[in-house]
Parts: sequence; C-alpha cells; structure tokens
Amino acid sequence: MGRIPGVKVMTPLLSVHDVAKSFTMHLRDGIVLPVVEGVGFEVHPGECVVLGGPSGAGKSSLLKMIYGNYGVDAGSIVLRHHGQPVDLATADPRTVLDLRRDTIGYVSQFLRTVPRVSTLDVVAEPLVDRGTGRELAQGRARELLARLNLPERLWSLPPATFSGGEQQRVNIARGFITAHPVLLLDEPTASLDATNRAVVVEMIAEKKRSGVALLGIFHDEEVRAEVADRIVDVTAFAPRRAA
Amino acid sequence: MNSIATYNFAYLDEQTKRMIRRAILKAIAVPGYQVPFASREMPMPYGWGTGGVQVTAAIIGPTDVLKVIDQGADDTTNAVSIRAFFAKVANVAVTTHTADATIIQTRHRIPEKTLREGQVLVYQVPIPEPLRFLEPRETETRKMHALEEYGLMHVKLYEDIARHGRIATTYAYPVKVEGRYVMDPSPTPKFDNPKMHMSEALQLFGAGREKRIYAVPPHTEVVSLDFEDHPFEIQHFEEPCALCGATGVYLDEVILDDHGGHMFVCSDTDNCEERRAHGHRGVLAGHALEAAE
Amino acid sequence: MTQPLLRVHRLSKSYGARMGCADVSFELWPGEVLAIVGESGSGKTTLLNCLSTRLEPSSGLAEYRMRDAVWRNLYDLSEAERRFLMRTDWGFVHQNPADGLRMTVSAGANVGERMMAVGSRHYGTIRSTAIEWLGRVEIAEDRIDDEPRSFSGGMRQRLQIARNLVTHPRLVFMDEPTGGLDVSVQARLLDLIRGLVADLGLSAIIVTHDLAVARLLSHRMMVMKGGHVIEQGLTDRVLDDPREPYTQLLVSSILQV
Repeated sequence: MGRIPGVKVMTPLLSVHDVAKSFTMHLRDGIVLPVVEGVGFEVHPGECVVLGGPSGAGKSSLLKMIYGNYGVDAGSIVLRHHGQPVDLATADPRTVLDLRRDTIGYVSQFLRTVPRVSTLDVVAEPLVDRGTGRELAQGRARELLARLNLPERLWSLPPATFSGGEQQRVNIARGFITAHPVLLLDEPTASLDATNRAVVVEMIAEKKRSGVALLGIFHDEEVRAEVADRIVDVTAFAPRRAA
Repeated sequence: MNSIATYNFAYLDEQTKRMIRRAILKAIAVPGYQVPFASREMPMPYGWGTGGVQVTAAIIGPTDVLKVIDQGADDTTNAVSIRAFFAKVANVAVTTHTADATIIQTRHRIPEKTLREGQVLVYQVPIPEPLRFLEPRETETRKMHALEEYGLMHVKLYEDIARHGRIATTYAYPVKVEGRYVMDPSPTPKFDNPKMHMSEALQLFGAGREKRIYAVPPHTEVVSLDFEDHPFEIQHFEEPCALCGATGVYLDEVILDDHGGHMFVCSDTDNCEERRAHGHRGVLAGHALEAAE
Repeated sequence: MTQPLLRVHRLSKSYGARMGCADVSFELWPGEVLAIVGESGSGKTTLLNCLSTRLEPSSGLAEYRMRDAVWRNLYDLSEAERRFLMRTDWGFVHQNPADGLRMTVSAGANVGERMMAVGSRHYGTIRSTAIEWLGRVEIAEDRIDDEPRSFSGGMRQRLQIARNLVTHPRLVFMDEPTGGLDVSVQARLLDLIRGLVADLGLSAIIVTHDLAVARLLSHRMMVMKGGHVIEQGLTDRVLDDPREPYTQLLVSSILQV
C-alpha cells in the first residue's frame, strides 16, 4: 500500500456507526441483556485503536460483531473490501466469509482446534485458503512460529494439547500470517511471557507500518501504551437502561 | 393313439401357445430383452427345462424335426425324456443329427456344427437376469435394463480379475445384444459365446420358473463383455478329443477307472460320432470308449 | 461472475395432513457447505431426501446448475437423467454405510463401480484409481480386495465417501455422516471430510443433529423445527449468537467437555 507512517488517510478501513447490540435470553423468560448502543468510531490504515473499559463493558462482544460472529440489532459496520465499502452488519453469510478471507483477520483469545491438523497447517491455513501454495504458506508459518519462539518439535503436532501460552502463539501466528487490511486482536498477549510479548508488540508495529488497521483489546497496560494510537472507551457506549 | 388323444398337439392348449408366441415375437423384436410370460405348469419339475419345453411346444409344427441335447449330449436323461415327450405329444420326427434338425432344444451347449438359416435353437434357462448376482431387487434390475445402466456387470468381471487375476467366469458369461441389452446366455460355457454372434439360426431362451422369454434373432450382434486390458477369451484345450481327434471343440473330462485314468472327449456327442463315422480317430478310440461304459 | 449451484424455492413436502418440511428456500454456492440441524422429526431428513430427489416434494422447486451450465428443475428431470446425476455429479453419504455400499463386493469394486457405470473399461485404470481413493480416505492398499463386511464402522464410512467422490461430484449430500461411530472415530472422519471438501471445492449439504459437526464442517447452517427453517445464517453466528428460543435451547444443550 505504501502508506506513510503517522499520516491519516481520509478513508477509514473500518467505520462503525451507531451500532447497538443486546441479547434476548429466551431460556430465561426472554430477558433482554443490552450490551452496547450508539457505538461509533473509525479505524484508519496504519493505526492501532485499542478498546478500553472494564471487563463486561462489551469489548469482546464488539470485536465479535465487527468480525460478524455476533449479529447486531442496529447500525452499520462498514469495511473497505476490495476498494468498495461493504456493510458487514447487513451482509449475507457469503459476503461475511468473503470479508474474512480477504479483508478482516481476527486473533481470538482461544484457539479453536481441529483434531489431527498439525500446528504448521493450522497456521498456514488462512494463506492456503487465499490461494497461496501449501509449501510457500508453510514456509511463512515456520518463520512466524520461529519468531514467536514456539519449539520446533511442536510444529508437526496438533495444538490441542499445548499449554495456554503455546496455543496463544499459534493463534497469533495464524492471525498475522495473512496481509488482511483490518486485523482484530482480542488480548493476544494475555498469556505470554515478557519476551514473547515484546515479539508481538514488534509484529503489531510492523503491521501498522504496512498500513494495516488494527483494533484490539489489551489488558496489559504496558503493551497497550506501546501499541495504541488511540483508545476508544467502550463505557461510553453503555446502554442507558442498565441491565 | 387313444392315449395321446387326450392331449392337444404339443401338449399345451392353443391359447397358451398363442400367448407364448406373442412373447416370442416381442422378444425377437427387442433382441436380448426379457419378455415376461405366463409360464405354465409342465409335467416335469422346474430346472428340467420347463421354459425351453414351453417355447418348443409353442413353435413346433408337425413337419419339424427335433433334436434335444443336454451338456452337448443327445443321450442323457433330460435330453432323452424331452425328446420322447415331444415324440409322444406332437408326434414329430426326432433326430440326434444337428444338420437334420429344424428345432434344437439345449441345456448348456451350442452344437459345434455351425447352425444355418431356418434352424431354431431353444435354450433352457434357469436364471435369466444377468444383473441378479449383484442386485437382488427385480424392480431395480428392470430399471437398470430400461436405462441401460450396466456398470454393475463390469463390477462382477472386476471382482473376477481382482480375485483370480483374470476373468474367471467360464459359463453364463454376460453378453451385450445388438448394442443394447445385456443378456445372460444361460449356463452355456463361454466357449460357445462366439457362436451366438451373427448366427444364421434363430435363438430363443425360455425360463420357466422365472417366467421370462428372450431371443437373439438371426444375424444379430452378440458381444461378450470385457475390459480393454483383459479382453474376452474362450477356453482352450491342451489335447484333442480322445475319441475323434477333434481340436477347437469343447471337451468334457471322462473318468475311466478308479486309478486316476481319464480322457477328454467331445461334449457334442453328435459331432464326435459323425467325425468317427468319417474315419477320424483319437488316441483312445475304441477300447477307451468301452472302458468308459 | 460465479453462480449458485442449487436454488431452492418454497419447497414443501407433506405426508397427507402431516408436514414433512414446509416452505424452504435457499441457495447453495460452489464450495459451500450447508448444515441442516434439528432434532428427530424436525423435517431435516425429509428436506434432504427431497433435495436429493429421493422424494418428490408436494410443492416448490429446486433448480440445479448442470455440468453443461444449464439450469434444470430437479423434479422435471427424467428418471434416466436423475440417476445419471446421482452417480456422476452428486454423492450421497448415508448414515449407515451398508445402505451406500455393496457389502458383498470388494472395496476396490465399490470404489470402481461409479467409474464403470460411466463407461470406464480399463481394469488397470479402475484399479489404480481405486487405490488412489482408498489412500485419500486412509484405507491401506492391501485392503482393496477385502469386502466391506470385514471393515470397521469408521472404515466403512470412509469407503462410502471414496465410492462417492471417485467421479468428482460437485454436490454431496450427507445424512448424519458420523452418526453411530465412536467419538475418536468421529473426529478422524470429520477431519477427513473437512479436508476433502476443502481440497476438492465440494458443495455439501449435511444433515446432522450434532452441532459440533455443523461447526466443524459447515459455512452456513439452517435450524429446522416442525418442518420449518426457523433460523439460518453463518454457522458461527447461529451457534454463538442464536436468536430463536429453540436454537438457544439447542446450543445450550451441548455438553461442554
């Protein structure tokens, strides 16, 4: 993309406008749990926006909405997809899958593992899905896993039995391997030691330099201070009528 | 004469014969297609040729000359009985000479002598459905014939090669008739399959228990199924007939004694006798024949 | 521009007064895996049988884009065309492998049958293709001449899959493909199906009552109840943010290990 660091481009890669979300719990007499309302912010290329606020404020839910994992009740979530604005809030499933393949990446808190698939293939998969040859994709996966200090003897094993920190690194490698223009990060450093935290901070900085728009949740204040360009306080979107 | 006056000509009543003739005509019109017919009870058990007998009864006329063979022989119980049956109920001439017969009813063989125009070969068929081996449902096999879905026949041949290294089916070897219907040529050895192809004679098949009639009209293409890399082949015999010295004919093994003595002789007894009458001699001609008896 | 493979419009099937499935509409795209979930009696199997033309619907239509790119209403096809479709461009994986295999012929012949059905007449080619497909479903080459009767449940199911995929179908129907198998066997099979579907770019319609199967294999899912589709959408969204009371009940009924 060749973006100049620190320079804000006029068109944001992600713009969230007036989004509201609540859960209706039908199994509990249909009570309605409001999560957020009136959510609005933008993320531009090359910046890392961090969602702030205490636990339960709806930070993770918001990331899931932006990834299409949760539906929204109102508002729009517009992404620039192949140069065109696409509203994920109203997109059909195929479009959401398309967005995930090419435009929006997500590093979740927990790795959902598939039995029998090796770590190397888990990491390489997003690239393979986008048409990269298996060999090339595995090469990239090796580089990332090495950089994240995951012992090489683990690469051929399925990550199901790995420790929390190891799984986290597999997850990060998988999320960072592609060149998605928008990347969502849900506490990627939560269970990492200082060395690997530093690696992740460095990787985020590289993503920013290459013009990726990042939106994340970081509880670790040190990390947050290092990566955040802006903080969006989610408590500002708390529903007026508290649950 | 009184004893046969109680029977209609050729045993079956005229209505039944008309019904069978209609089935035969349809079978001739659609070569290889199994035409259902209302098979009657015959004065013999199923498996003894009730289908063939009904077909013969429906087509035989007073001037016909009938030959009946069983495993190629004119002198086996089944052949003798059926010949005697028609001699009695139709009062027709009978023969053992292939060339003299107008109708030849057979079980398991096609005569070695090439059949000619005007002759009718009537086969006795136990199981007319070639697909039955792998598909027990009649509704399904009928549909498969209708839609020309014959992949299953090759599954059977595939299994042969997989198990034996070659197509081990030696009798009832499936054929495709006139490029359309797959047909079971009855339990004749595959040695005889090529004789069905473009034969001048009319070939009729009757299955009494299964109530089916099918036909191969004269000059009809009959092709044995096979694989490109495992083409159809007929059996070959190492030695000539021990009695008449014939080669290129189908031979039966005959046990001579209790000490392992045996010989290979013509399955077609008429052909063998005729050759010997013309002076052909095999290695065991004369004494071996007596020993066998 | 790509097009859907299958377009289903207001499909209903009633058994007299009883409703099998009612007013189902959806599109299936190339490479897309759709899971139909619901409990016994929800109409999911009736829907699958209608879609695979094993049952004729009472009303509605299902259009399929044939290999020659012509759209045809499945219920207007002649029986010959339908059967040809079923053994070439479609696959059907039954819950009970015995329903989809020929139990008395060898594994190799089970895989080779579809090839022979479409005119393959070279034994060596049929056999080498069968070996290749057995390998893809992780059945050792030396079992090629064994009958599926001697196979375990998981192996039989894998053989059934190979038998279906040998003609490179574009659409595969699966009816509870992992039902009745041990959990460890299920995991292996699911992984295998997932890999094959992705590698071959297959479209699939999978009927299951197991939400874990739906999550692992499908892109999109439809939840059925009382013959109706009550909720549908992206698989992870339906499972993680279910809207309908019944879907919430289904999701909350999963045992967490």
